[in-house]
Amino acid sequence: MTRSRAMLPYVVWMTIFIVVPLFLVIYYAFTTRDANGTALTLANFQRAFQPIYLKVLARSLKLAVFSTAVCLLLGYPVALIMAGKAFSRKSTIMLLFVIPMWMNFLLRTYAWLTLLERNGALNQLLSRIGLPTLNILYTDYAVILGMVYNFLPFMILPIYSVLSKIDQGVIEAASDLGANKLVVFLRVVLPLSLPGVVSGIIMVFMPALTTFVISRLLGGGQYTLVGNLIEQQFLVVGDWGFGSAISMVLIVLILISMAVMSFFEKGEEGATLW
Amino acid sequence: MTDQQLVNLVGVSKVYDGTAALKGIDLYIRRNEFLTLLGPSGCGKTTTLRLIGGFEQPTTGKILFEGVDITGVPPYKRRVNTVFQRYALFSHMNVFENIAFGLRIKKMDEKTIRAKVGKMLELVNLVGYENRSVDSLSGGQQQRVAIARALVNEPEVLLLDEPLAALDLKLRKEMQQELKKMQRQLGITFLFVTHDQEEALSMSDTIAVMKDGEIQQIGTPEDIYNEPKNAFVAGFIGESNIVDGIMHQDKLVEFAGTCFDCVDGGFGPMEPVDVVIRPEDIKLVKPGDGKLQGVVRSVTFMGVHYEMIVEAHGIDWLVHSTLMEPPGSEVGLYVTPMDIHIMKKVAAG
Amino acid sequence: MVKFLQRTYVFLIFAFLYLPIAVLIALSFNASRSRGTWGGFTLQWYVELFQDRVIMNSLYTTLLIGACSALVATMIGTAAAIGIHNARGWQRRLVMNLTYIPVLNPEIVTGISLMILFVFSKVQFGYMTLLLAHITFNIPYVILSVLPKLRQLNSNLYEAALDLGAEPWYAFWRVILPEIMPGVVTGLLLAFTLSIDDFVISFFTTGSGVSTLSITVYSMARRGINPKLNALSTIMFTAVLLLLVIVNVRQAREERKGRKENEQQEVGFRIIGTVDAAGIDPERVQQEAGNPLRI
Repeated sequence: MTRSRAMLPYVVWMTIFIVVPLFLVIYYAFTTRDANGTALTLANFQRAFQPIYLKVLARSLKLAVFSTAVCLLLGYPVALIMAGKAFSRKSTIMLLFVIPMWMNFLLRTYAWLTLLERNGALNQLLSRIGLPTLNILYTDYAVILGMVYNFLPFMILPIYSVLSKIDQGVIEAASDLGANKLVVFLRVVLPLSLPGVVSGIIMVFMPALTTFVISRLLGGGQYTLVGNLIEQQFLVVGDWGFGSAISMVLIVLILISMAVMSFFEKGEEGATLW
Repeated sequence: MTDQQLVNLVGVSKVYDGTAALKGIDLYIRRNEFLTLLGPSGCGKTTTLRLIGGFEQPTTGKILFEGVDITGVPPYKRRVNTVFQRYALFSHMNVFENIAFGLRIKKMDEKTIRAKVGKMLELVNLVGYENRSVDSLSGGQQQRVAIARALVNEPEVLLLDEPLAALDLKLRKEMQQELKKMQRQLGITFLFVTHDQEEALSMSDTIAVMKDGEIQQIGTPEDIYNEPKNAFVAGFIGESNIVDGIMHQDKLVEFAGTCFDCVDGGFGPMEPVDVVIRPEDIKLVKPGDGKLQGVVRSVTFMGVHYEMIVEAHGIDWLVHSTLMEPPGSEVGLYVTPMDIHIMKKVAAG
Repeated sequence: MVKFLQRTYVFLIFAFLYLPIAVLIALSFNASRSRGTWGGFTLQWYVELFQDRVIMNSLYTTLLIGACSALVATMIGTAAAIGIHNARGWQRRLVMNLTYIPVLNPEIVTGISLMILFVFSKVQFGYMTLLLAHITFNIPYVILSVLPKLRQLNSNLYEAALDLGAEPWYAFWRVILPEIMPGVVTGLLLAFTLSIDDFVISFFTTGSGVSTLSITVYSMARRGINPKLNALSTIMFTAVLLLLVIVNVRQAREERKGRKENEQQEVGFRIIGTVDAAGIDPERVQQEAGNPLRI
């Protein structure tokens, strides 16, 4: 069908702007430039695995996992309640969740800056009530807070989407067969909601792992996560080789976690009901 | 090839990904003919229709239109129009615009378009529906818009791809009458595709029965019904009893352990054949009066007739009759020589 | 009782989500720069906001880039979707995998890879590079919005148009395009939204003083609290609120006419969240994600 030729401009565009750049990243990751020209090397990767940088990676992973877990713990009940009978005007309520998402990402993060600083609104409030002030800005906690705040809706929406599509008949059938509410949840609803959970985890974990804005604004100038590291290498230090190597490590990490997630999901498919 | 042959398929075959949907068929359609392609799913009838419409190209063979080879000609240049199974109406246009679509492309003036569309709406009984959105119409009404949209372009041939399949029974029967009337009135050649043999029998001038990409038999409805050429056609058209038999000689056949006089000939001595007898041709008589004796196994009231299964000589015979014999009763089976149809055995499949 | 607890929990989460914004809105009218004491009502920060040339310029840039990249991306993307819809086998899979790469890649990687490309090809950084980058990450989302609409199309529609005498281009323009228009519009709006809100990719692909709103906010926020940002936040929030309410009311009216409920969710989902809204199963995205190199 010649109609499939319509995708040619797109393919050309993507090759130039997506494929070629990625190959360039790989190229830079595996080469060094010096007075003698360019040579293939693993030096960039070796550097990436030095303890000082591994610590950065570890910290990023730790924070990302933690934030994702918090989002899941806070968000799943919300999705569950939304999909249940507590609210009737569901689309309106959903809209209320979506509105903050549409606010500019930077302004949302900046908002916490206002709240959390030493003289910020939160501390002013606390001292008014007589509680001790919190100094969490520029710490791990601020960054986690920023991540959860930004990404929570991304966890809630996919889970809600899947939950709302569960056929009421399935739940009724389970009840009919003798399952009480807890069993229905554990054995029917939870397994059926897993695709949404996996979606949500992916949508939170990935940006959480690679952010550099949240860490820069809420963590301070010295606070370094993987995202900051990469940014520095490219914009400040100018060591593209090293920056590319770290980026590749990041990509591999993400691919692995995706593979794990999809494997995990496939494994569950067989055990959905009993 | 005579002047009367409007469309001609010569040695046409169509292969998709290694499977042959059509295996070298030859077919001609005459002017003003109502020709039906009849067969089960996958027999190639829709493929044939699409080839004539220009939506597919044959792998081998030619398609001739009034003697001219149109094999490579695209659909928008052929003087045929199609009514699709799921109507394919343009939902962003109202009824009038849908019907006028082809006319607008031909750049006719507004007055002519109005007149032609108006006539079409009369023909399909949808006067007053011009401004309705197609989504608001019922299935039957959408069907009629699709027909009008195609016919308004005055094609030489109208292709209809199982157009009545989505309608309920009563509506379908009404539309069958209307389509037949339309075809007679307009004098347009209709090529109709269906898997419903009753539909084919009631509407067509000619039927081509197809199976596995080949034409099994072409003829008038009466020919096909009364003189099926092989077991497949016999089994597909109407209900039949098909049993193994042996042709002793012309006009003498043995089956179910008995010899019967029949009217067919042209077979070799002692040639194994298929014997076809229609359920409505078997008469139930007193035991001993018929050549076969049997026992009634089941009776089902079908409204128009009773359907009975009678076991005789180890074979379950399907019998349709307005008279009923209760299950368990002993009966005789009688059939006239005229109603015993002999067919050559076809290779299995 | 249970319902009450459930509702309370959800409202607490709401409070969490809206609190920071509420504080910003309140402070934007605060005459005092202090974050805890009320110094009186004022519109001074709003005035200063509109007088700030840097912010206004970046707003203009953001809108301009947003509109242009969305338009171009929609054209290329719609064509691509049609091509993909008609393609089979390995070609189709290849292009779909190509489409998922920028969707699943972390933005920072897309950003730096584009930066490398531009430096490598010695292109000057500025409006052009910014525009090219935005178009690049927009197209996949247009495709993901249009493709489902194509799938829903009656496969005979195009053929019917041809059958009635339309040449291919006429058939596309008069029949197919109107039918898939909702998907195209969704794609356009999606692209516009993503472009306006983008930070990371813009950060790496802009230059010579060209700045988007996000980038300007970033540099201002890095230097600390700035009341102009509070005013900006309030305006943006109000705009978003109005927009979503209007769209929502329109959707509710459409729904009463009997349209599908899924279209309701098309509004307001963002970035990867819109993958779901554009009609794609989250499951499918992961399946593709689990085998991203399945070319």
